[in-house]
Amino acid sequence: MRSHHERENSVSIDLKTLNVKPRRQTFGHIARRFGEDRPATRYEEGMLDVQATDHFHYRPLWAPEYELYDKRRTAIELEDWYVLRDPRQFYYATYNISRTGMRQAADHNFDFVEKRGMLDNLTPEWRAKVENYLLPLRHVAWGANMNASQICDQGYGTAVTAPAIFTAGDQLGIAQLISQIGMMLEGGTGEALDRAKDQWMTADYWQGVRQVVEDTFVVEDWFELFVAQNLVIDGLVYPLVYESFDAEGQKHGGAAISMLSEFMSEWFADHSRWADAVIKTAAKESDANKDRLSAWFAAWRDKAAASLRPLSAYVLEDGGDAAVDAALETLNARAAKLGLSV
Amino acid sequence: MAAKKKLGLKQRYNLMTRGLDWETSYQPMDKVFPEATFEGIKIKDWDKWQDPFRLTMDSYWKFQAEKERKLYAVLDSFAQNNGQLGLSDPRYVNTVKLFLTGVSPLEYQAHRGFAHAGRQMPGVGPRIAAQMQSLDELRHAQTQIHTISHYNKYFDGLHEFRHMHDRVWYLSVPKSFFDDARTSGPFEYMIAIGFAFEYVLTNLLFVPFMSGAAYNGDLATVTFGFSAQSDESRHMTLGIEVIKFLLEQDPDNLPIVQKWVDKWFWRGYKVLTLVAMMMDYMLPKRIMSWKEAWEIYFTQAGGALFEDLARYGIRPPKYADVATAECDHVAHQNWSIFYQYTHAAAFHTWLPNSEEMDWLSEKYPESFDKHYRPRYEQWARMEADGNRFYNNALPQLCTTCQIPMGYTEPGDPTTIAFRTSEHKGDIYHFCSDGCKDIFDGEPEKYSQSWLPVHQIFQGNCGGADVEDVLKWYNMNLGADNLDQNVSPDQELWDEWQRQRAAVSSVAAE
Repeated sequence: MRSHHERENSVSIDLKTLNVKPRRQTFGHIARRFGEDRPATRYEEGMLDVQATDHFHYRPLWAPEYELYDKRRTAIELEDWYVLRDPRQFYYATYNISRTGMRQAADHNFDFVEKRGMLDNLTPEWRAKVENYLLPLRHVAWGANMNASQICDQGYGTAVTAPAIFTAGDQLGIAQLISQIGMMLEGGTGEALDRAKDQWMTADYWQGVRQVVEDTFVVEDWFELFVAQNLVIDGLVYPLVYESFDAEGQKHGGAAISMLSEFMSEWFADHSRWADAVIKTAAKESDANKDRLSAWFAAWRDKAAASLRPLSAYVLEDGGDAAVDAALETLNARAAKLGLSV
Repeated sequence: MAAKKKLGLKQRYNLMTRGLDWETSYQPMDKVFPEATFEGIKIKDWDKWQDPFRLTMDSYWKFQAEKERKLYAVLDSFAQNNGQLGLSDPRYVNTVKLFLTGVSPLEYQAHRGFAHAGRQMPGVGPRIAAQMQSLDELRHAQTQIHTISHYNKYFDGLHEFRHMHDRVWYLSVPKSFFDDARTSGPFEYMIAIGFAFEYVLTNLLFVPFMSGAAYNGDLATVTFGFSAQSDESRHMTLGIEVIKFLLEQDPDNLPIVQKWVDKWFWRGYKVLTLVAMMMDYMLPKRIMSWKEAWEIYFTQAGGALFEDLARYGIRPPKYADVATAECDHVAHQNWSIFYQYTHAAAFHTWLPNSEEMDWLSEKYPESFDKHYRPRYEQWARMEADGNRFYNNALPQLCTTCQIPMGYTEPGDPTTIAFRTSEHKGDIYHFCSDGCKDIFDGEPEKYSQSWLPVHQIFQGNCGGADVEDVLKWYNMNLGADNLDQNVSPDQELWDEWQRQRAAVSSVAAE
């Protein structure tokens, strides 16, 4: 009998000398898209045409007017729904690996802030404001999580629906990260979070935002919901809170808050790349799409911006309106770059 | 700052999940959750939901990323080292074909279905659990596609898995099963997939495929199977929690849930008869017979489960005894169907050799020698005479499970079972009492079934000839279909073996 070592040798010779030539490089539906049989990436193989398109057996009991997957669930029309590519090219593995890295950095920041007692540097007045503006945002993130799940559920084509469930995970992760900040602010208890929820439900300066979030829950067109949430609400809230509010915080010992919310700034940049790509591609396809997207954008922008003014005034006082105006200006410029009329 | 009492894990988790939700007031809750009541399920208190696993998103990312890193390292090395050469036998690849075309698209459906449930259930606890399962199921669909992508480069029958899943006659069996669950309300979906499939029947799907892969040298499939195991155990815990929660919430839920348990047991069982055939015929190295697997995973494990559920008033699924009795026949009857229709299937078939037939005799002493061995011997004689048997007539399909009507009467293995129902003046056909009952419970739903044979006859499938239909399936005729021994797969494998023999003899000298 040959020794293990000899067998290993013969296997390696085996592999080198064998003529093992692939008979094809990828699946048929992908080769047809490429126009040739060439290797596809894991992003492409895990995403392209994965959702069923034909011969559904039964109409949904919960929406008998539609097929299970149905392009007519939105007013946006695309020749091919797989043009809505994710520039990050996420599939499940790369998504989770990316977020783990971001969360590790966040954990490091949490440790850093805790070890140095940095939260004690906050002035009492600003600390109260942080509790009232930052902590209720976990409910905004939770609303965004519901909307991302809705887009994954109702959307058409894996290209856009897979990143939608990743976004649902992100928004839940952000809601939980804010909750952790809340617990840290209150010496490891949940009292600050309870108070923040109370603010969310009753404080005057939060009611406009809460109404906008609740209004998104009943939007029927999933692409409108995509614009309302991923472009408008996220696009106004993140710059306003994590830039303008945060900049003001620096004057009141708020460096710890910047560190604890670094994840959100990094996430917003990443998330916007996806949201922008989807909207830009849909707008480019036809004037009808462009008009529709522009109208949705304008309506939600006006509503959301108005709702944020009382919050901004509470946090920044006289500077509140200017901060919302700045966020609006940024958002309008962004939308114009995506081809929307603003 | 004064030291305050730190939170326990459970309180902490509650704050990070349940605390996120609120009662809406600017929009009514029944508009925010429009599907919460139409199925008749009554929930008094969502707070009574016990989170079966307390997983926050950061832990989820971390665990899953670690598993993915390991899995893809194995897949990369499998591809680089031509792991397919380590298979026990090229016939094994046909189980991979059945899996990718029949099962992986269901993983994807589960992903979208749990996204739906994860949006529609008013309780925050189950909603988060469902969203995580939605992510997991996308993982399973994608890792399976990525794993099998390597096989697709060398073997036939895999290259059109998406196109075929929406069209091919036998793939309408798994497809209609999941379409059925997906088009149900969110609570029925949770019972259908979360409980009946993921809890009661899952071991009959995954153990055979994953152990089959391990026994037959398929390292890649084994690795994704193992990697999915911790996801699956979360899914099982969710499934059992859902049924208990619904039953504890209101006594009126019992008859609704029982009806779903009966229905989804039978729907799932019929899909699994394809696995029965895979276990008894398609694995070159067998793990156990279908009958043995059913005894362990349904009769014993399911028996204990339903004893436990009896305190809620739930009884074992209707027709479970019929499924148990059919163990002696289903695998043989299914393989016989595929053997006859080998020209129309996207995997290869063969007749069991004498050693394999002896194994089947031993595993099925009540039925194999009496009913099925003589059939295979006859077909072997026909093959030897150059007259291989093909069935060129299109089979009648059961309206509910969509399997050709080749099953026999309970207790009478020589009479084909036929059941019918009338609905709005049309007659519908069924293979069993279980399938007829399901139709009779929701005739409006099942009368919509996209039955492949009806569709062919109506001219919706590429043409009137079988060959036209197969082309419409994007089947490579003469490569994807027909017997293993005349396939390009086999030819290529034999060529690899010749080269390896030549190389080893040189190496030995």
